[in-house]
Amino acid sequence: MSEALRELGALIELKRADDVTGWSVTHGELTVEVVPQRLVPFMEFLAADQNCLFSVLIDITAVDWPDRVRRFDMVWHLLSMQRNQRIRVKAAIEEDQMVPSVVTVWPAANWYEREVFDMFGILFSGHPDLRRLLTDYGFRGHPLRKDFPTTGYTEVRYDEAQKRVVYEPVSLTQEYRQFDFLSPWEGAQYILPGDEKGAK
Amino acid sequence: MDGTFQDAATGEQKIRNFNINFGPQHPAAHGVLRLVLELDGEIVERADPHVGLLHRGTEKLMESRTYLQNLPYLDRLDYVAPMNQEHAWCLAIERLTGTQVPRRASLIRVLFSEIGRILNHLMNVTTGAMDVGALTPPLWGFTAREELMVFYERASGARLHAAYFRPGGVHQDLTADLIDDIEAWAERFPKLLDDIDGLLTENRIFKQRTVDIAVISPQDALDWGFSGVMVRGSGMAWDLRRAQPYECYNEFDFQIPVGKNGDCFDRYLLRMQEMRESTRIIQQCLAKLRVEQGDVLARGKLTPPKRAEMKRSMEALIHHFKLYTEGFHVPAGEVYAAVEAPKGEFGVYLVADGTNKPWRAKLRAPGYAHLQAMDFMARGHQLADVAAIIATMDIVFGEIDR
Repeated sequence: MSEALRELGALIELKRADDVTGWSVTHGELTVEVVPQRLVPFMEFLAADQNCLFSVLIDITAVDWPDRVRRFDMVWHLLSMQRNQRIRVKAAIEEDQMVPSVVTVWPAANWYEREVFDMFGILFSGHPDLRRLLTDYGFRGHPLRKDFPTTGYTEVRYDEAQKRVVYEPVSLTQEYRQFDFLSPWEGAQYILPGDEKGAK
Repeated sequence: MDGTFQDAATGEQKIRNFNINFGPQHPAAHGVLRLVLELDGEIVERADPHVGLLHRGTEKLMESRTYLQNLPYLDRLDYVAPMNQEHAWCLAIERLTGTQVPRRASLIRVLFSEIGRILNHLMNVTTGAMDVGALTPPLWGFTAREELMVFYERASGARLHAAYFRPGGVHQDLTADLIDDIEAWAERFPKLLDDIDGLLTENRIFKQRTVDIAVISPQDALDWGFSGVMVRGSGMAWDLRRAQPYECYNEFDFQIPVGKNGDCFDRYLLRMQEMRESTRIIQQCLAKLRVEQGDVLARGKLTPPKRAEMKRSMEALIHHFKLYTEGFHVPAGEVYAAVEAPKGEFGVYLVADGTNKPWRAKLRAPGYAHLQAMDFMARGHQLADVAAIIATMDIVFGEIDR
């Protein structure tokens, strides 16, 4: 299986040398890294080429790496039922960079791109209807960014006096507790309570 | 109100299209779907599903919990067949850590995945029938589901949110009684299928409501990223259990039913047939389980030590404590693990950074891809068909909204 994937990876790199910046096979999965600018022709190639035939779009998502200059990794998962193969296409992008939409290649990309926009704030050029999808109407912020707090910023309750649902800034009776049990000997970054005295 | 009276001579009115909200509180919406429909008379001109009313931010929550604490979240996705989702999560972790699951655990996983498939299909077929007007099937189907959920309970302690599949195996071994009882159930279950079959398959009303509704061509199924019954209904024999075997599915003898016309009726027939095939797998599985004894967890860093060991060994006690507080570390890397869930391909894309928590976990739900084709499928159908289309897509909002 891995051997066939390696051949395929080499073949894709050979045929689309301008687009592909690298590829690897790990855990029996082929990952191809591309430059985002010419994404649509590259995806069309993957969908139509006789050796690829990746005709099914499985998933589009993004991964946030706030410490990197190119902050987000866009990730596309494709499947070829004909060849019984999978491929993962990745592209690193900057925070304000637009990504070409692949709705023209697979209509299924529509909601996946809307979700990525909703969750990460990544814009897709050429998307027909880039609205928020999963979050509330009028929601602000992009929840899956690492700098978005898990508690969010607003909370909702029914106001008995006004007879309607009201939005308020989130107020917690107790600080959101984040238990971090990472061993202090293996990479925990925080200082245990009391230990700060020892450092002086 | 439908338009202003314009021409007194001809008596014609200008009719404008009518927008209605289907849901979020509609019994045929299978949960909290708000579907904005633009109707021209009875004909659907445009369907715009508004999802996210059940959005709980599972993926965000998973980033701040350990791998083991995250497992129960998977139950809450498709709550009709919870263990199938856990399975994908476990497979992803096992693939990253290189864990080998003991054979008995593997068999138990197959057994409960198939029970999950029957749970799901029973729910779908019978409530789908209710959506188009039949009342008896759900009453029968839910009785049978109840029995299956008792098996869930006897194996894991919980009827729904089982948290039974664990990275490295399953939580606890099955008792001999339970294996006997599942076998007795598998003996009599096909009778119920025959009964439901007799009620629905040649039922005139049921056929009028499902035949030639929402026909999907193979190319459409590919374009919209369908999986599971939705592609098999269109004549493509694609099943991950066969095409990309995981666990020990390759040693079971089962058929993959394939539809011909790609309409709602074919998909109903497929689900009925898949339940029969699942029953066969369950029977084979039980026969193997009687022979195959041994541990159900790959003992190691991912799994707790045995209780008896903890009474005597200090290291085992420390390991148990560390496992349930700090959790285990997963080596940095990324993996996509998919299973053939009852609704289609359920996948977990896991990005690990080497700590005890996932950096990013993306859950790929089959229903999500199906529901976004709602506009494409419902366009040109009648309003009443929308209920049949939602039923055939097998929508559960736990997994779509996440």
